[in-house]
Parts: sequence; structure tokens; C-alpha cells
Amino acid sequence: MTTSTELLARAVDVRRTFDATVALDGVSLDVPAGQLIGLLGPNGAGKSTLISLLLGLRRPTAGRIELFGGDPRDAVNRRLMGNTPQETGLPPLLKVREVVDFVAGHYATPMPTGELLERFGLEDLAARQTGGLSGGQKRRLAVALAFVGRPRLVFLDEPTTGLDVDARHALWQAIRDFHADGGTVVLTSHYLEEVQALAERVVVIDRGRVLADDSLDAVRAVVDVRRVSLRTDDPAALEGLPGVTSVTPGRADRFDLLTVDSDAVVRELVHRSVPFADLEVSATSLEEAFLSLTRRAHGVDSDAGTKDLEVTR
Amino acid sequence: MSGRSERTTSRSARHGEGRAGSTLALHTRYQLLEQVRVPMAVVGNIAFPALSFLFFIVPQSALRDEPAAATSAAGQLALVSVLSVCLFSFGLGTAEERATPWDPYLRTLSAGVIPRLGAKVITGLAFAAAGVGVIALIAALLTSATATLVQLLAAGLALLAAGTPFLLMGISLGYLLPVKAALPAVQMIFLPMAFAGGLFLPPQMFPRWLDAISLLLPSRGGRDLVVSQLTSSAIPTSAIVNVVVWTLLMGGLAAWAYRRDEGRRFR
Repeated sequence: MTTSTELLARAVDVRRTFDATVALDGVSLDVPAGQLIGLLGPNGAGKSTLISLLLGLRRPTAGRIELFGGDPRDAVNRRLMGNTPQETGLPPLLKVREVVDFVAGHYATPMPTGELLERFGLEDLAARQTGGLSGGQKRRLAVALAFVGRPRLVFLDEPTTGLDVDARHALWQAIRDFHADGGTVVLTSHYLEEVQALAERVVVIDRGRVLADDSLDAVRAVVDVRRVSLRTDDPAALEGLPGVTSVTPGRADRFDLLTVDSDAVVRELVHRSVPFADLEVSATSLEEAFLSLTRRAHGVDSDAGTKDLEVTR
Repeated sequence: MSGRSERTTSRSARHGEGRAGSTLALHTRYQLLEQVRVPMAVVGNIAFPALSFLFFIVPQSALRDEPAAATSAAGQLALVSVLSVCLFSFGLGTAEERATPWDPYLRTLSAGVIPRLGAKVITGLAFAAAGVGVIALIAALLTSATATLVQLLAAGLALLAAGTPFLLMGISLGYLLPVKAALPAVQMIFLPMAFAGGLFLPPQMFPRWLDAISLLLPSRGGRDLVVSQLTSSAIPTSAIVNVVVWTLLMGGLAAWAYRRDEGRRFR
């Protein structure tokens, strides 16, 4: 029995609508044992809907969902799965230790409560009611709950949102440790950085569709879009630059170019002796990257509508 | 399909058996723990029927000093207590729980319908029993109500049967309605049900038209069941039919409401 091909969860051609809104439109995803998969996509892309289907919280409108070979809506199929409540969702009257004990009680061989609290730096808070914890402490407890049952598969929906850098890195380490011990992880994030730090396989979702499902490096090459901004009085010279998906004219002869290979663009600009000034290279938001990705997928031409997508980060 | 294997695992299934009981105990313990941390919620449910008994029954000598009337009144208000637990603690409580973000998480834990609903039923029963106990105590101490142990036990079983359709009604309301709709709905159902079912005033005082309506209500069927046990009179057939039909109706509604639930819905 080769565990690497064992599927812990899968979605097959899943569609889910909410009234008139299509949240997922023909999504397929395999989750083989042992992988650390990042679901990457902008807010509202359909990541959380997909997770809620895999957790058995909702039913797909069409298509099939499997968790450990069965319907995730049956409780027995959720026995080896761990996941995270929203941090605002902890029962405020219960103490930290009580919440952990309660969740642990649903698993056959849970981690001792003390060990879990220590691992997630919560041991001093065991006797506190969760209503009195800070936002970061609640978040840590929420993520810890995903691991208390020693599950085989863990779903983490935006696990480090709202955490400071230290806490984020500590949680990343906990996730890596779990994975190193053979655990399987599906995590969603709208930060490229987070997915980059953890995932080995990345599934890019936007507007309810899977845009890419590949190794981290392959997806990064597509999603890691940079903006090359410069001033020139010869816009015609900007045509046909390598990897450029859009050229947007700005004020005072300024042009913004989105590209997956800013180095090649700069080299080519110099090579062509394009008269440019005030060159800047900057990272783009994931939203911009997605726009350029979808645009390329649909073969739409460059400059339409980049401005309304200036996203504040 | 990609070249990946179709094989999946189902080793989880074998774990499941035999643990439903311990999960039920776990959920019950935590339900009680949460309730006990807000004592007012507990007291409110017990106090309302008890105060009703003190204010409306005890001061009236016609009811207080007449054993049959006092006993019936105690039985009726005991049913009010059960109704209140079913509709408020259970119905409204379920709607409130569903509005919290903790609820979707609970639904992803490996606990089926038995621990999740069972824990609430047990918790509800505990509070209903407390409410009924207080009324029985007041009735015994301050009125001429009498009942043998056998009658009390039979009446207890009758209360369980009478409460079942309301328990299922509470589940249905809790899963069908958001909190803001559940509160007025429960209030609109509770008082008319209690009054028209003959739980505050005995149905013998009803005009004909009201009695005709009353006989169709689950509260009336339940009331007749309970009072007949306390007074050792024959159970009216209409009461049995009433409670059975309402239990089936509400059971169907509750099962449908529970199954279609996907948590909070937004438009």
C-alpha cells in the first residue's frame, strides 16, 4: 500500500451556487495523503466555500465531495480530520482548557491537553475564559484545536490572519512540524507569502474556478507578478516586451507594466535603448496578479480596467 | 481524472461505534457547564411557571382549597414549564447557537445528531424537571393538591409525552428561523398555546368555540394527558390521537429542518 496515492479528500467537478451567485463553478481537487496544499486566491474567490464543502458544512449544488472515502456530512467520516473555528467563535464562557478538552473528546487518540497548550504557547492561559483572550491568543487557540485530535488531515482557513510576525512564524513552524510527521494539510490564504512559506503544491482559485494546480515554483512563476513603472515619450517602444501582460498609461508620460519577469523587461528596455526615466520595480497585490492571470487566460487585451483594481494593502 | 489512484480510506468508520455514548456525555456536560455559567437563564425558565402558580392559583380559594382543581392546576402549570423549556431554551437557544461562529465549527467535529441534539434534550429535561419540581413543591405546601406516588410517576411520563411535540417544534423553529425571527415566533406560539390549551384556565371554563379550537392544539392534548394521570381518570382518546398526530407532524418538520440546515444564511 503506497500511502502517497491514498486520497484523503477530493472534490469532483463541484459546483455551488448561493441564490444567483456562483461560488464554485466546476472545481476538482484531489488531496493525497502527505501533501501540504495551499489554496490561493483573492477574497471572495471561492476558497472558503470549497473548504466548507469538504468539511461537510454545506452540500454541493452539483458534483461530488469525498472525505476519507465517504460523505463529509456523515460524522464518522470527519473522525480523522481537524479544522479551525473562526477566532471570534470560541465559546466565551468556557475556559481554554475546557474548550481543548471538549474538542479532544471527539477523537480516538487526542494529544494530552497540556502538551497541546505548551506546543502553541497557551499553557499560561489554560484557566482563562476564552472571552478574555486577546485576538492573537484566540487565533492561536483556534489553530491549536485543529491539531488536538492528532488528525491525518487538517484544514486551515486563513490560519494566521491578524497575527503579528512572531506568532505567525511560530504557527507556520507548528504546521511544518505536523506535515513533517506525515500529516496532510490544506490551507487557504490570500497572502502569497504564507502559501510560499508552507505549501509544496498550490491551487490557484479565482471566481469559483481553478486557474492553476501545480508545484509552488510553477505557480509562483505565474502569480508572482511585478509592476515596472517608468516614464517615456515613446510608448510604441513598450510593445512586445517579455512577459508583459498589461501596459497602463498614467499621468505625465508614466506607464505601468505588469510582468512575471521584471528582470527580463528591464534588460530588454536597455537593450532596445528605449528612452526611459524614473524606473521603479515593485511587487503587486495578489488581486492584480490574478487579474493579469485571468486576462491572459481569456486572451483579453492589455489596458482595460487596471485602474479600478488598484488595491490598497 | 488524473492518474492518481481512486483508492480512498475508510478506516475511520470502525472507530465510530461505541463512542456515540461518550460523545453524548461530553456534549451534555458542556451544555450544562455553559448554562450554569449564566444562572439567570436557568432561573428564568423555572421561575415563570412557579410565579404564575403563586399569583394565579394560590390566591384563589376556589382553586386552592378544592383538591381536584388544585391538582389539575399544578399539572397544567407543570406543562407550562415543559413548554417554556422546549420553546425558549430549546427553540430560541438553538437559533441563538446557530448564529454564533462556534456552531459551524461544532458541526465539523465528529459528532452526529445523537450527541448534538441528545445533549440538548437531556439538558432541557433537567431544567424542565427542576421547574416541575418547584411547582409540585408549591402545590403540596400551599394548596390542597394531592397525588399518590403512582399518580406522580404516571403524570411525569405523561409530561414527557406531552412535551415531545413541543420539543420537536422547538427544534424546527431553531433550525428554520434566525434569532430575530425566532424570538417573536416563540412568544407568539407560547402564550396562545398555553392559554388556549387550558394550561392557565381549565378548559371547562371555555366557551364552546374556544373549546373546539382548543381540542386541536397539542397543548390541550398534552394537558388532558397529564391531568388524567394526576386525577386517575380515563385518558380521553382525543388526547392520545392529538399527541400522536402532533408528534408525527412536528417530527417530520424537525427532521426536514435539521437536514436542510447549512448554518447561517445570508442573502
